[in-house]
Amino acid sequence: MKLGKIDKKQWAEGLDALRKSFRLLGPVKEDTYYSFKELKEGEQPDFSFLNTRLSPKSLLFPQSEAIVEYSLDTRDEDHHVMKAIETDASPRAILGIRPCDAKAVTLVNLNFDTPEYKDPYWVKTLAATTFIGLACDTPKSTCFCTSVGCGPYHEEGLDLLLADEGQTYLVKILTEKGENFLSAAGLDMVDEDTTLFDAKKEAAQAKITSSIAVDNLKSQDILDLHGAPFWEEVSFACLNCGTCTYTCPTCWCFDLQDEINGKTGKRFKNWDSCMFPLFTLHTTGHNPRGTKLQRVRQRFMHKLKYFVDKYDQGIMCVGCGRCVNQCPVNIDIRKVCALMNDYKADELACAVQE
Amino acid sequence: MEEHVQNPYVPYPVRIDDIAVATEDKSLKTFKFVFLNDGDEEEFSYQPGQFAELSVAGIGEIPIGIASSPVEKGFVKFTVFKAGVVTSHLHNMKVGDIMGLRGPLGNWYPWDLLEGKNILIVGGGFAFTTLRSSIVSMLDPDNRPKFGNIDVVYGARTPGMLLYKDELIEWEKRDDINMHLTIDAPAEGWEYNVGFTPPVTEQKAPQGDDDTYAIVCGPPVMIKFTLPVLEKLGYAHDHIIMSLENRMKCGFGMCGRCGIGKELVCKDGPVFTLDQINQTPREY
Repeated sequence: MKLGKIDKKQWAEGLDALRKSFRLLGPVKEDTYYSFKELKEGEQPDFSFLNTRLSPKSLLFPQSEAIVEYSLDTRDEDHHVMKAIETDASPRAILGIRPCDAKAVTLVNLNFDTPEYKDPYWVKTLAATTFIGLACDTPKSTCFCTSVGCGPYHEEGLDLLLADEGQTYLVKILTEKGENFLSAAGLDMVDEDTTLFDAKKEAAQAKITSSIAVDNLKSQDILDLHGAPFWEEVSFACLNCGTCTYTCPTCWCFDLQDEINGKTGKRFKNWDSCMFPLFTLHTTGHNPRGTKLQRVRQRFMHKLKYFVDKYDQGIMCVGCGRCVNQCPVNIDIRKVCALMNDYKADELACAVQE
Repeated sequence: MEEHVQNPYVPYPVRIDDIAVATEDKSLKTFKFVFLNDGDEEEFSYQPGQFAELSVAGIGEIPIGIASSPVEKGFVKFTVFKAGVVTSHLHNMKVGDIMGLRGPLGNWYPWDLLEGKNILIVGGGFAFTTLRSSIVSMLDPDNRPKFGNIDVVYGARTPGMLLYKDELIEWEKRDDINMHLTIDAPAEGWEYNVGFTPPVTEQKAPQGDDDTYAIVCGPPVMIKFTLPVLEKLGYAHDHIIMSLENRMKCGFGMCGRCGIGKELVCKDGPVFTLDQINQTPREY
C-alpha cells in the first residue's frame, strides 16, 4: 500500500505510453450521460462524471457475448460439434471505475467463479483486467455506499485508487497489478504522506447522507419476508421494464440463445432479467413467477435476503443508486430494504388477530 | 478434452445411436447417445437422479433427467416429451445426427444415505426417467445387497403410456423388487392394478419408518395427492425425496432463473427432501 501523487499531465502521457501493452477502457461523455468505452488512440478518459448511466459490468460480462460456435454444413468434418470461442485475454485497464462498481465486481465474482464451476469468459477477462479506481469526492444524493460495506474511497476490487487533487492525482497502489500498471506507463509517484488522502476520504464519506439499515436482514425468516404483506404495495407501480436489473452493477442473470448465420452458428450469453415473465416460464405454460408481485419480490429477496444467507458477505447491492435514479416509477431499494429490515411478522400477525 | 472440464458451456459431442417411440401417443421418444470422443464417456460420470442439457447446434438446449443407469455402459439414454422448441426439433432428428450433451448436472438421489434402507419409489406418467435409472442401478447384482425392500408404484393413464414397459414386466417377475403398476381405467389384457397412483400407494406401499425412504417423481397433481398418503403411512418429511423442475439455461447455478428462494434447482437440486422444500418459498 504505497501512497504518492502524479501530475495529471504526466498521467495523460503515461496512458498514451500504456496503449502499447494495454487496452484502455474508460468513461466518455455520450449525449447527456457517461458510458465506459474502449478509448481510441489519443483519447483520454473523461473523469468529470459523477457516475456512468450503466455500470461498467459489461466490460467483464458483456450484454451479449458469443461463447460457443459451430458449423451446420454437413460437408464439414466437425459439423454440429460445438466449440468454445476463446476469450480475448489481452491485458486491459478500466480507468476511473468508481469504488462501488469495483466492489460490485467482487460480488458478481461470487457467482461466476465458484469451487465447482467457473465461467471461463468471466474468469479470464477478470484476470486480464487492471482496475484503476477513481474516488468520489462529489457523491450523488442517491449514493448510499457507506451503509452497505462500501464507500467513496473503498478499495475492494481495485488495483489502484486515484483521488483528484487539482493538478495532480493522489495515487494509492493497492496490488501488484496496480504497481505493474504504473511501471508499464512509465509513471513515477512523488511520495506523499497520508494526511491529505485521509482528510479527503473523511470529507467524502461525510457527504454521503443517504443510508439504509441492513442489520436485521440476516436474522429475518425467509418465509416471513416472502409472505410479508408489503410486496403488493412495493410492486404496484412496477412496469417490469428491467431498467433496474440492466443498470445494476451486481445483477448477473443471463440467458443462452443460438443464432444462425447461413451455415454457421453461435451460442450467445445475453443479459436477462428476473423482471421478465419469460425468465421463468415453463414450456407447459406454468410460471412460478408469473405475476409482477412475484418478480419484484424475487429481485429484492435475491439482493437483500437470499444472497445474504447464501454468501454471508452482506447484501447484493453496493449503494450506487442507479436503480433509484433510473426507475421510471420511483421504486426505491432503500425503502424496500427498510420494510424488509424492520419487518416483524409476529407482531403483525397479532395485530391482525386483534 | 481438458476444455470440457474447464468450460461448462461446451457440450460433449454425441451421435444419436437409437431413437425409440416410448409411448403409444408418440409424444415421448427415447434417445440413445454415444460419445464421439474417446474418454468423454468416462468424464461424463453420473449418478441416478442427475440431469444433462441436451444441446442442439442452432436450436438450443433443454435440461432432461438421465434415464440410463451408470451400470449401463457404452451409451446414455434420455426419454424426451415433445413440448417446446428444442424437444420438438429433437423428435424430428435422425439416428446418426450429431448433437451435444452438457453435464452431468445437479445433485442426485442421496445414495449414501439410502444404503441399507428400504426404498419406496412412486412415479407417475413420464416422470419415470431418473426413477428407471435408479431402479436399474439398485437391481444391479453388485448393488442389490446394499438395499432392503424395494417397492415401486408406477402409474400411467393407459398401459401404452407406461415408459419402459418391457422392463417393468421383467421386474414384475423378479422376487427382489415389489412392482405395483397401475393404470387409470381397466384395459383389456391388463393384469395389474387399476386406479390413480395415490390410492394405489395407500394400499400397496409399505409403512414409513426411520429405515424407509420414499422417492417421488410425477406430475404436480400426482404429487399433490401422494404426499398426504405418504404422511398417513408414516413417512417423515425428511424421508420423502423429490425431484423438482424449473426453467433452466446454464444448469450449473449461474444464470439465476431456477431459484426457489436461495436454492437453485439446477445446482442445489433437482433432488430435495420435502423437509428442505418446505423451508423454501416453493417457487417452482
